[in-house]
Amino acid sequence: WPYCRKRCSYCNFNKYVVPALDEVAVGSCLVQEARTLLRLSRVQSITSVFFGGGTPSLASPHTIAAVLEAIAGAAHLPTTAEVTLEANPSSADTLRLAGFRAAGVNRLSIGVQSLDDAELRLLGREHTAAEARRAVEEAQRLFPGRTSLDLIFGLPGQSQGAWARGLEAALGLCDDHISLYQLTLERGTALAAQVWEGALPMPPQDLLADMYQAARTMLVAAGFRHYEVSNFARKGALSTHNLSYWRAEQYIGVGPGDAVSLPCTITGAHGRFVPWGEGSSSREARVQTLEPDAWMREVQSQGHGTRRRVVLSSLEQLEEVLALGLRTDEGITHKHWGHFSPHLSLEAVFGMPGEAKTLEQQGWLVLDSNGLRCTWEGLALLDSLLPDLLCQLQR
Amino acid sequence: MALAGRTAMWWARLRSPYPAASSLCVPPWLPAGPVVCERLYSSRGKEKLDMAMYPVESIRNFSIIAHVDHGKSTLADRLLEITGTIAKNDHNKQVLDKLQVERERGITVKAQSASLFYNHQGVNYLLNLIDTPGHVDFTYEVSRSLSACQGVILVVDANEGIQAQTVANFYLAFEAQLAIIPVINKIDLKNAEPERVEKQIEKLFDIPIHECIRISAKLGTNVEKVLQKVIEKIPPPQCNTTDPLKALVFDSTFDHYRGVIANIALFGGEIQKGQKIVSAHSKKRYEVNEVGILTPNEQATHKLYAGQVGYLVAGMKEVTEAQIGDTLFLYKQPVEPLPGFKSAKPMVFAGMYPSDQTEYNNLRSALEKLTLNDSSVTVHRDSSLALGAGWRLGFLGLLHMEVFNQRLEQEYNMSVILTAPTVPYKAVLSSAKLIKEYGRAEITIINPAHFPDKSSVSEYLEPTVLGTIVTPHQYIGKIITLCQDRRAVQKDMLYIDEQRVMLKYLFPLNEIVVDFYDALKSLSSGYASFDYEDAGYQAADLIKMDILLNGNPVEELSTVLHSDKAYATGKFLCERLKNAIPRQLFEIAIQAAVGKKIIARETLKAYRKNVVAKCYGGDITRRMKLLKRQAEGKKLMRKIGNVEVPRDAFIHILKRQTDK
Repeated sequence: WPYCRKRCSYCNFNKYVVPALDEVAVGSCLVQEARTLLRLSRVQSITSVFFGGGTPSLASPHTIAAVLEAIAGAAHLPTTAEVTLEANPSSADTLRLAGFRAAGVNRLSIGVQSLDDAELRLLGREHTAAEARRAVEEAQRLFPGRTSLDLIFGLPGQSQGAWARGLEAALGLCDDHISLYQLTLERGTALAAQVWEGALPMPPQDLLADMYQAARTMLVAAGFRHYEVSNFARKGALSTHNLSYWRAEQYIGVGPGDAVSLPCTITGAHGRFVPWGEGSSSREARVQTLEPDAWMREVQSQGHGTRRRVVLSSLEQLEEVLALGLRTDEGITHKHWGHFSPHLSLEAVFGMPGEAKTLEQQGWLVLDSNGLRCTWEGLALLDSLLPDLLCQLQR
Repeated sequence: MALAGRTAMWWARLRSPYPAASSLCVPPWLPAGPVVCERLYSSRGKEKLDMAMYPVESIRNFSIIAHVDHGKSTLADRLLEITGTIAKNDHNKQVLDKLQVERERGITVKAQSASLFYNHQGVNYLLNLIDTPGHVDFTYEVSRSLSACQGVILVVDANEGIQAQTVANFYLAFEAQLAIIPVINKIDLKNAEPERVEKQIEKLFDIPIHECIRISAKLGTNVEKVLQKVIEKIPPPQCNTTDPLKALVFDSTFDHYRGVIANIALFGGEIQKGQKIVSAHSKKRYEVNEVGILTPNEQATHKLYAGQVGYLVAGMKEVTEAQIGDTLFLYKQPVEPLPGFKSAKPMVFAGMYPSDQTEYNNLRSALEKLTLNDSSVTVHRDSSLALGAGWRLGFLGLLHMEVFNQRLEQEYNMSVILTAPTVPYKAVLSSAKLIKEYGRAEITIINPAHFPDKSSVSEYLEPTVLGTIVTPHQYIGKIITLCQDRRAVQKDMLYIDEQRVMLKYLFPLNEIVVDFYDALKSLSSGYASFDYEDAGYQAADLIKMDILLNGNPVEELSTVLHSDKAYATGKFLCERLKNAIPRQLFEIAIQAAVGKKIIARETLKAYRKNVVAKCYGGDITRRMKLLKRQAEGKKLMRKIGNVEVPRDAFIHILKRQTDK
């Protein structure tokens, strides 16, 4: 759902703030595109659905229901499938949330971001800390054990103590899933401009590292499993949807610039799947039209808004498997790797003297009978490890 | 005006990059014999000028010398107009300055000549204006041009007064015992102070006030008077047509069709097509194809006679064949060569690399073409582990380096990495083994990698220059401090009037090559001027400083410098390197070392966190692109020990800092 009521100061996502929205038209286009793409891909079963993008909780439950009905009509959507919707505290009143539940949504991801009013103002969020608390409590009542909350750390001027207090407060509030995102200063956002102009301080690298480590430690102590770089879950409440990304599974993106995704699954601008109907067996990377009006015109004229399709080579697939898989705590299992690379084992690629071995000796990487994964320390440094590993893979 | 299309040829600059040591050779004394000029030229179509009309007595050879922007080229334009050499129109702006770089910078880099015909009191005179390069870097060329003259017009700006270069140029002319005509230009400016400038001239140059001519070259005021003075005050050349041919090559240009075109001044005899001539320097023999005068276009003549100035085409194919300062004589009729011949000696060296290695061949071709026109640049192939294949270029001075670089950019559209300039040091060897190896006791060190250890050296030497600074007196304090910081020794200090002071300092050359001029200009709000001349070598306490990354030396960052500067430079380089190298997975010690002693250190801490927070559907494609680019970048990084240094970091540190 690519629309928002207001622009947040840090966000450069593909989103649109429009005064009057023809929701019926957008909804029918989403329905139409989901049908077209599911037909093209000949997907039989959908494992999860994710309503993301700008602020999907602004869409009416009716629209969400229509999209889900369309998916269920074109492919098998088991009742156990995870159906997540991203919600903002400012558009998450009880009535609305109940409506989403009735439409088929069974998991909520709430963009809390912070439980400090000053921080929320800095981020340009519409809601207050009190509203966020109310929304989370309400969500937990309606989606018990299936409510996640997002937090942001590393704000300009934020201290280690303030972050720890904020996380403590979130732990007292949360359900069984938390996502922690370090603030990324994106080009073209108001916040980045203020930092680059010097009006706001740039958070020091070492402080960010300390905040991350402290958060990991606190969450693990509270019984959470750190199952991906930014994601934590307890009682097995891992997001199956996101795991499917990191496992490089097939998915279909529907809508302009990441709106609905389907591991062979519905959000988004992108998708990776094998289009059966066209007699090809190679996996493709698909890029959706970003701009909603253009996307709608394309859907109306050709049934879908896929702008670009790039066939991924087997090396490119393996590169994705590597770069995404290492973000998770289980890493890349031998079985998982073998699925993409039946002839060249993990051992054959990374077990030889080379970059991976060096990184292993330095204590950042492990290659054992389970597979290839980062150590606790290595996970925080993944982006420094990957270029080396990609070099080794390319050889 | 048929001036268009001649630029390239005018710009041809043809001096050989012979090493200085081999050029001061004894001229060949070929067996003497009678001069045989039996072949007569045949006139082809166009009527050729008969230069016999201008006997020695009616010839004046002169130059205009001035500080930058004091109006030398504008005066030349007016002289050309008055004598009818060029038509009078609005387009005559710096007719003799052809190149974009010259017009932009208001400097003359390349000597030009023009023969002017002027009737004064019923006598037809031939006035040869030999325009000289206007900068100290080209002092040698200036001195060669002046050696073809008997007098100079010394132009001083009525507002700015005497500047550093005015002084340097005056002494060049004075030492050559030339007649000097002082001209105060720009009297039309509202804040012109000709009286003050006249007093300066009197005080500094000992020229009576009444001899100064106040002019406005821009408006043409009193320019005619200057021409008359040239005739009255400058003596005709002292030479004889009946003597054997003796021609000085004072400049040369290159034409793609005809080869080398040498500008010559005849100190004796006459020259014409068909004659066989010999270069005193190379001993090579040539047959004259064409002679003529420059008006300022080439205009062929039947002959050139003693005292006259013109050009010569004689089948010289290589740029190295027409050396400035060389003497030409007739085959089998050798003469004593004119004194003062020397090859251009590079004073400043810098590495030049293509910004992108795929541009290497294009840059090589551009360099070849440009050095064809400016052979005072020495070119040696070089390569750097960080910057790839390139060249080490030797320049006459800083301005020369800048002009060359600017021409590469403007005329050949080449973008290059130019490293910070260095100077040629010398070492007097004490180790018998090394002396044997080099074949001599004194060696020149251009590359720090070849810096011999102190244990095998009795003395290190560094090049020096005598710098002249002219400044309003309120900046003296700051300037003296600046000079002292640059290890300079004061030689002279003189008030040239109530407000202006001339300072003379002996500088180590390396102290001024990087940013001295900029520093001087900025602390004097642009009012101080600076000029320098070669002052030989002096003993110096030189050391080689290495930069280490986790204990491993970075070859391209080694420098030779004075021991007094080691600490500050080491600290500076370490700091810059720290900012230029990205954090890595381990801590990096950045050190400056002299021998085994560490004199500066910076520590680049290890990355503790480097992982992108979000990586979902839409981000994946973008993310993979970035990662793959980084993986590609890894392959291009320079590995020093386990430290990876991006090429940009070297560029950042090695590159000349132009933005101050």
